[in-house]
Amino acid sequence: MNAPVSTNISIGVKKLSADVLIVGGGIVGASAALALAKAGRKVVLLERDLCGSRSSGINYGGVRRQGRALSQLPLAQRAHRIWAGLRDLVGIDGEYVRSGHFKLARSAADMQALEAYAELSRPFGLGIELVSGERLRQQCPWLGGAVVGGSLCPEDGQANPRLVSPAFAQAAQRAGAHIIEACEVREAGYDGSAFSVRAELQGETLQVRAAALINCAGAWAGKLAEAFGEAVPMFSGHPNMAVTEPIPHFLPWSLGVEGGSIYCRQVSRGNVVLGGGRGYAQDALRARSSHDAILALLPQAVALLPALRHVHIIRTWSGVEGYLPDRQPVLGPSSTQDGLFHGFGFCGAGFQIGPAAGAVLAELVLQGRSETPIDAFSIRRFLPVADVNLASEPERKIQ
Amino acid sequence: MSKLAPLIVGAGPAGVRAAQTLLEHGLRPIVLDEAPQAGGQIYRQPPPGFYRSKQQLYGFEAGRAHAIHRSFATLAPHLDYRPQTLVWNAQPDVVDTMHTATLAADSIAWQDIIVATGATDRVLPFPGWTTPGVYTLGGAQVALKFQGCAIGRKVVLAGTGPLLYLVAYQYAKAGAEVVAVLDSSSLSDRMAALPAMLGQPALLLKGVYYLAWLKAHRIALHSHARLLRVEGGAQVNAVVWRRESMTTADLAIGPEQTIACDALGFGYALRSETQLADLLGCKFGFDATQRAHLPARDVAGRSSVPGVYLAGDGAGIMGADAAELAGERAALALLQDRGIAIDSARAALLERRLARIAAFRKGLERAFPFPQRWAALADDELIVCRCEQISAGELRQAVRANQAQEMNRLKALTRIGMGRCQGRMCGAAATEILAQACAVPLAQVGRLRGQAPIKPVPIGMHARQAAAAPTASVFQVALAAGEDE
Repeated sequence: MNAPVSTNISIGVKKLSADVLIVGGGIVGASAALALAKAGRKVVLLERDLCGSRSSGINYGGVRRQGRALSQLPLAQRAHRIWAGLRDLVGIDGEYVRSGHFKLARSAADMQALEAYAELSRPFGLGIELVSGERLRQQCPWLGGAVVGGSLCPEDGQANPRLVSPAFAQAAQRAGAHIIEACEVREAGYDGSAFSVRAELQGETLQVRAAALINCAGAWAGKLAEAFGEAVPMFSGHPNMAVTEPIPHFLPWSLGVEGGSIYCRQVSRGNVVLGGGRGYAQDALRARSSHDAILALLPQAVALLPALRHVHIIRTWSGVEGYLPDRQPVLGPSSTQDGLFHGFGFCGAGFQIGPAAGAVLAELVLQGRSETPIDAFSIRRFLPVADVNLASEPERKIQ
Repeated sequence: MSKLAPLIVGAGPAGVRAAQTLLEHGLRPIVLDEAPQAGGQIYRQPPPGFYRSKQQLYGFEAGRAHAIHRSFATLAPHLDYRPQTLVWNAQPDVVDTMHTATLAADSIAWQDIIVATGATDRVLPFPGWTTPGVYTLGGAQVALKFQGCAIGRKVVLAGTGPLLYLVAYQYAKAGAEVVAVLDSSSLSDRMAALPAMLGQPALLLKGVYYLAWLKAHRIALHSHARLLRVEGGAQVNAVVWRRESMTTADLAIGPEQTIACDALGFGYALRSETQLADLLGCKFGFDATQRAHLPARDVAGRSSVPGVYLAGDGAGIMGADAAELAGERAALALLQDRGIAIDSARAALLERRLARIAAFRKGLERAFPFPQRWAALADDELIVCRCEQISAGELRQAVRANQAQEMNRLKALTRIGMGRCQGRMCGAAATEILAQACAVPLAQVGRLRGQAPIKPVPIGMHARQAAAAPTASVFQVALAAGEDE
């Protein structure tokens, strides 16, 4: 390689090798790193920004199984067990509480939908309880508007994503994973014997070689998948979030409205976190709550919780989340390249299942298969049929 | 495409002169101001029914204040002037406002906007700073100018900066007993700064006059004074200080001294209110003199965003006289960019005057240097964020345990800047603590990202349809309604 003329820039290429290279330090990537490091694998994790600072850190903080697609429930149940041992796993409780998640029905039709979901999800054992309108009006005088009934999942809950997601990365680091932040991947390929990834770290080039590669790059994972011939129709979503000043506790659950576009919870400090509608992208990396969405959310909040009328909003925010057209993530092995695994596109609903998705990815690397059914999330569903026929076996052991 | 009315946010000296300039060139701007009457913080007018002369209210600045108020009174009928209007959100094509009395919410589409949002005190906490009876210097001054009240009967004023002596003078003139002025900087700082300040003799003389007046009236003036704590639980009853340099460790430390008082005003110069510029997408750069990230602008006041102009203390502390010049210059830039002919000699003159004041301000920073050792001297128990009760020790712990090296990460981990003030009050101090704990330059720890609302707004504010609805084009197409995480 010819040395460039300029000498005031360090041109050293730093080289690392690992058993497993993980791209993305969100809750999924960090959980996978934690599990693999614990299993004794040499792990390098590259994070473009700070671990857990993107959608893993800015999301609403719901730890919810209720309402998920049935195909996600085995994964959600596995995550549920992981969340139960959060403190042992990552060293903090992260304000995780099983406060219950309640979905409110505003009409008979909404109530029927909740009843149907309770019935369909029964085999998975979420423990959903249907609540009558009469009981609800009695127990929750603070609820405004029409109250027909609702559905309570008592063991669902909430946590503080700002604390939990970075804690997974720190736990992985303590377990021996090499976590590198502020490091952006520029190029990735497979050279016949190993994955080779070139990244930029403080103006220098970092070259990492690894036998396995996990793509957990969130809203930006599409590029990496594309580098291996697996273009997916990913797009970005930007949740509109707001938080009030702290007020006395009154809201016991994380609360959603069936068919509605508002959800809220009251954190241990007393602030009410509200979500609903969409923010806007400032550029590919940043998003902000939008004028339209904030102004739409506020009256909905008053309608749902009239006591909030005089309470102040002190902050709004948004973030960049990866979406796929069918609102399901991509989770599983690559269809084109052995040793490559994907875990991205959680469509604004990855916080609860993130730790399980990471555990599944670690299993795929270690054993070539997962005990948790994930076929519904295969990347194959977005690839032309011809490509699927040519693709390698989905479950192949990595040496 | 026909242009919308230009927007001016803030009706202090910068906003008023900007409005005047636009009017003189045939434009009718919309002027949005949080206060009920024009003048900004510096020339704040008392509410109706309060009668004190401008001389009593503003002292040396009476002439300026009168000129600003009179100008605005003449202009107001020709403007679309909206007082008591908080701009709490801004986007590339629209700002959101709320009337602070009626809580009526509105949205105003914009194509060009002059941001003249002013400043607040730079707060560096000390033990007991949240005790009732402790005010910022600016707050103490507002109490006097607006309500005609003093913050106490026996008042100590502390900190550093020109405002310290001005407030002391104003309080003493108004009849309050100023028991002591505790300046963290020293006379030798002032002497060292003299050469840079001689270019603006009038401004310099005012400062000298206040000092001489205070001395003549036997008001105790202490330099190299470090505020140790206030005493008193429900109300301040004493201030404890000692002689100790906040800029160098070389000076011998004096014994603790206690001054009985019932109120304390303190502040360490001013900090710019930059949130609106941030929401408008302006690029920021670190200003070493002001120890803050400030929106970038050219000599005319153009920001990095086309159509966004910056003027006055909101873009960097330059003082009221500079704000008037900068407001006029920014308005001329806006006119130029609209293709309206302006007097370019006038524009050049304004720029020269601004440059001279900038040189003087550099001198002021030397005369009243920032207390560099503040963060190093701050005890772990010191509460930095009063909204969330976050101590310096908790911030340092986040650095040690979680490797926080950047302000937004520190916020995420500790809640600093997550309370009602959203970092407007605690941000400067927290940044100093973080840089000190990480042993890195201040510039490196970054700044808190601005997020709406700029100030808290009640959820139930009464929305009404905006006359000119914003275009939907800049927004992502809404996804199907569904409950996210």
